[in-house]
Amino acid sequence: MAQPFLKKDDDHDDEVDYSPFLGIEKGAVLQEARVFNDPQLDPRRCSQVITKLLYLLNQGETFTKVEATEVFFAVTKLFQSRDLGLRRMVYVIIKELSPSADEVIIVTSSLMKDMTSKTDMYRANAIRVLCQITDGTLLTQIERYLKQAIVDKNPVVASAALVSGIHLLQTNPEIVKRWSNEVQEAVQSRAALVQFHALALLHQIRQNDRLAVNKLVSSLTRGSVRSPLAQCLLIRYTSQVTRESASNTQTGDRPFYDFLEGCLRHKAEMVIFEAARAITELNGVTSRELTPAITVLQLFLSSTKPVLRFAAVRTLNKVAMTHPIAVTNCNIDMESLISDQNRSIATLAITTLLKTGNESSVDRLMKQITTFMSDIADEFKIVVIEAIRSLCLKFPLKHRSLMNFLSNILREEGGFEYKKAIVDSIVILIRDIPEAKESGLLHLCEFIEDCEFTYLSTQILHFLGIEGPKTSDPSKYIRYIYNRVHLENATVRAGAVSTLAKFGAMVDSLKPRIFVLLRRCLFDTDDEVRDRATLYLKTLGADGAVEDMKEFLFGSLDIPLVNLERSLKNYEPSEESFDINSVPKEVKIQPLAEKKAPGKKPTGLGGPPPAPPSTIDAYEKLLSSIPEFANFGKLFKSSAPVELTEAETEYAVNVVKHIFDGHVVFQYNCTNTIPEQLLENVTVIVDASEAEEFAEVASKPLRSLPYDSPGQTFVAFEKPEGVPAVGKFSNMLRFIVKEVDPSTGEAEDDGVEDEYQLEELEVVAADYMLKVGVSNFRNAWESMGPDCERVDEYDLGPRENLAEAVNAVINLLGMQPCEGTEVVPSNSRSHTCLLSGVYIGNVKVLVRLQFGIDGPKDVAMKLAVRSEDEAVSDAIHEIVASG
Amino acid sequence: MELCPTIKNILLLDSEGKRIAVKYYSDDWPTNAAKEAFEKAVFTKTQKTNARTEAEITMFDNYIVVYKFVQDLHFFVTGGENENEIILATVLQGFFDAVGLLLRGTEDKKEALENLDLILLCLDEIVDGSIILETDANVIAGKVDSHSMDAGAPLSEQTITQALATAREHLTRSLLK
Repeated sequence: MAQPFLKKDDDHDDEVDYSPFLGIEKGAVLQEARVFNDPQLDPRRCSQVITKLLYLLNQGETFTKVEATEVFFAVTKLFQSRDLGLRRMVYVIIKELSPSADEVIIVTSSLMKDMTSKTDMYRANAIRVLCQITDGTLLTQIERYLKQAIVDKNPVVASAALVSGIHLLQTNPEIVKRWSNEVQEAVQSRAALVQFHALALLHQIRQNDRLAVNKLVSSLTRGSVRSPLAQCLLIRYTSQVTRESASNTQTGDRPFYDFLEGCLRHKAEMVIFEAARAITELNGVTSRELTPAITVLQLFLSSTKPVLRFAAVRTLNKVAMTHPIAVTNCNIDMESLISDQNRSIATLAITTLLKTGNESSVDRLMKQITTFMSDIADEFKIVVIEAIRSLCLKFPLKHRSLMNFLSNILREEGGFEYKKAIVDSIVILIRDIPEAKESGLLHLCEFIEDCEFTYLSTQILHFLGIEGPKTSDPSKYIRYIYNRVHLENATVRAGAVSTLAKFGAMVDSLKPRIFVLLRRCLFDTDDEVRDRATLYLKTLGADGAVEDMKEFLFGSLDIPLVNLERSLKNYEPSEESFDINSVPKEVKIQPLAEKKAPGKKPTGLGGPPPAPPSTIDAYEKLLSSIPEFANFGKLFKSSAPVELTEAETEYAVNVVKHIFDGHVVFQYNCTNTIPEQLLENVTVIVDASEAEEFAEVASKPLRSLPYDSPGQTFVAFEKPEGVPAVGKFSNMLRFIVKEVDPSTGEAEDDGVEDEYQLEELEVVAADYMLKVGVSNFRNAWESMGPDCERVDEYDLGPRENLAEAVNAVINLLGMQPCEGTEVVPSNSRSHTCLLSGVYIGNVKVLVRLQFGIDGPKDVAMKLAVRSEDEAVSDAIHEIVASG
Repeated sequence: MELCPTIKNILLLDSEGKRIAVKYYSDDWPTNAAKEAFEKAVFTKTQKTNARTEAEITMFDNYIVVYKFVQDLHFFVTGGENENEIILATVLQGFFDAVGLLLRGTEDKKEALENLDLILLCLDEIVDGSIILETDANVIAGKVDSHSMDAGAPLSEQTITQALATAREHLTRSLLK
């Protein structure tokens, strides 16, 4: 009998690669699992088979639904055995198989029996298994036992119940919240880990009640928490409380600081470190408060344990960004870490030193780094480069030695990301330090002479085209650029041609020579290169068009490239030339990448499939293919889908609002989720009595809507041209329903007319606003001018916090936040947010919002609008005033 | 911010980076391919370091990984970038020492695979769905080993190896008490 487990002593010493699982095969193991059904169970053998099954799962093997169900049912038989070891394995494999709801029922009674058993191990594990696989309905049945288990004498049982409670709180909060009293009792437990688990659960139960958390924390910081892990939790909770109660600065005394400082003398390293880190992260921490934390971190720096050194140097590195002076005391310890075996530690040490170093120590440091650079990985080098860049910006006088360093390492071997970091740094230094410009540009020129990365070459050529002509002697760069035309691939050649043209446009004395060079490019083998050369020769040669030329060469393109690309692909060669103004300017919203894996329990087929990504051109294509809507003109905007039904109802319907200049089209995406039904002649009856300015003009029914294949029906309205009319619409889905025989899939001939009430839908002001960003808000704002500016102040009333108020206004206006101003730093009392967009009628709108919290929660807002049209500026104010 | 210390995964790999036993507690790696890619990255990154006397640490892709090696066994514990490094190291040490106790000093791949059931139970006792259950190696090993003996099988039906194993288990059990 081939039982690898029993072969132990046969090939004991001769094979190095011996594994008890050699040649293991899923099919054979599944066969072996039949021993679970034997009337006389052999516990040892059953354990071995379970181990093999777990081994397969652990190696990434998957079981089909049928296989998993079969194994699961066989495993449930093993509850008959009273063998402890086997039972442990049964618990583990049940968790791994994560049975479906109807399968769970089979083991429920066995597990509930174990839950009330006298054996501690049974109770603890049965709780963990049952809570992991159960759903809410069962929970009420076992709640009583769980509450008992929380205060069980045996710490393992108590911990099992508490940890399960933490997991269950995510799905069944209302039940777990009822256990507060028991959990509170468990916080006082003498067993360290029970205390930790109880504290974690208690805090999560109360986390939305700030007062209760405050009370919990202040009572515990006075008492004695025994477990180091629980103490770490407590430190985290206190820093959260401190962060949220921002009104302490006037007295100078920070609540709980004494507690944190006391924790620095705890005997467990994890607590000391947690406290030190918490102190360094306090809002507006003073150097007096920092000192004791820095002192313990400094001790960690010379520890024999790499983990401690790493933790300390990483924290100090962060402190160095805000309080470089506080960290300078550690510089000597830090310098000895440059040669640390662990490269992560060495890199962190170096970058910390670069941040805390003063002007006089720069040269010495650079010497140390040069020897260090050669033996670290690219990703660490990038970190070092970034540190050097900020150092150079801090000490501009040192730019010569730092720039030299950068150009030296630029010449050495390295991957793309690394080279890109260096080039980016040089570019930034050139931009910010005028004295560094000429030498920096020459370094870049030398680099492209021998650069294997097309992307970097073209970036540098582009940059040269902008900065080069402004230098004292632009002619010296021409040679480097023209060399590219001879030696590189087509992409770089085309870039070089554009750069040459820029020199020609900016520097009159060079123009004749540039002409000669460009003419040579007319014989290039590549179309793009020839085309560019021809174009530039023509435009540069024309008289009086210098300003146009400059705009063309240096101006920015305010159209998203993706949109342009798609429009060009859709353009069919014809008499009419391509019009760049027809390209939609709306920034396409990237659908968020799905990070979370699908939930453990599949939702079944009930849920509607996710709506297709709302790309405006897909809609445009769809709408223009419908003759009724073809004459509505250019599509201005399509909204994101709005759900009109609850999840998991018989019919799932959502709506997309398409806005045209004089029309609005509602696109209803319908899904039929009943397999036994076929819907025909589906329409939506819209009642527009609460939308006075709209009049229905057309509707396009959906002929047939079979099970689970989405279809669309449309209703079109006319509205006053160019006017942002708003209104409410109520919707009724009307259709003829036909029974479908599930076995044959054929529908009966006779159908019944039926209706289905949908939720209301609103057309709001934001529907008339396109999200269009601007690259430089201040420039755009200045160039728009104050002619049509409207400023007013609003009281937004009590709000949870500033971020919520900012979001509410952004959503109300439907505009594009610029320069990351939609993000509000936590605890700030005031904030400025910049928005841009295009209003219906193609009117550019810029908005500056200034928020301030006054009083406890009252948010006030100053709204300044600039646009090309006074009426539009007023309209924006009206939206806010009525919203 | 995650307030409760969170473990993303625990890995036990061999000297070629192949899996012996792994357990993931986070959705960051939804597929087996993603998991294997992570393991490969971790292994290649740490392979050349000397993590035999003290636990070592590295950081990449916004994860903190602490690790320790013995013979051809490579132990790893991963946490998020804001996790307390020392807490992660404590979990690693608990796992490492518990496996040492369970394998009774002969810590190598062969022994680990032969006692894979114990290692899997050990993982089950250390972390429950990303929350730390226990970090004390003696307690972990005690919980795993205290009942791995099967009392039912008559001695005559066991092979010599089995009998020896049973005897050894008896011995360790009494030692661990």
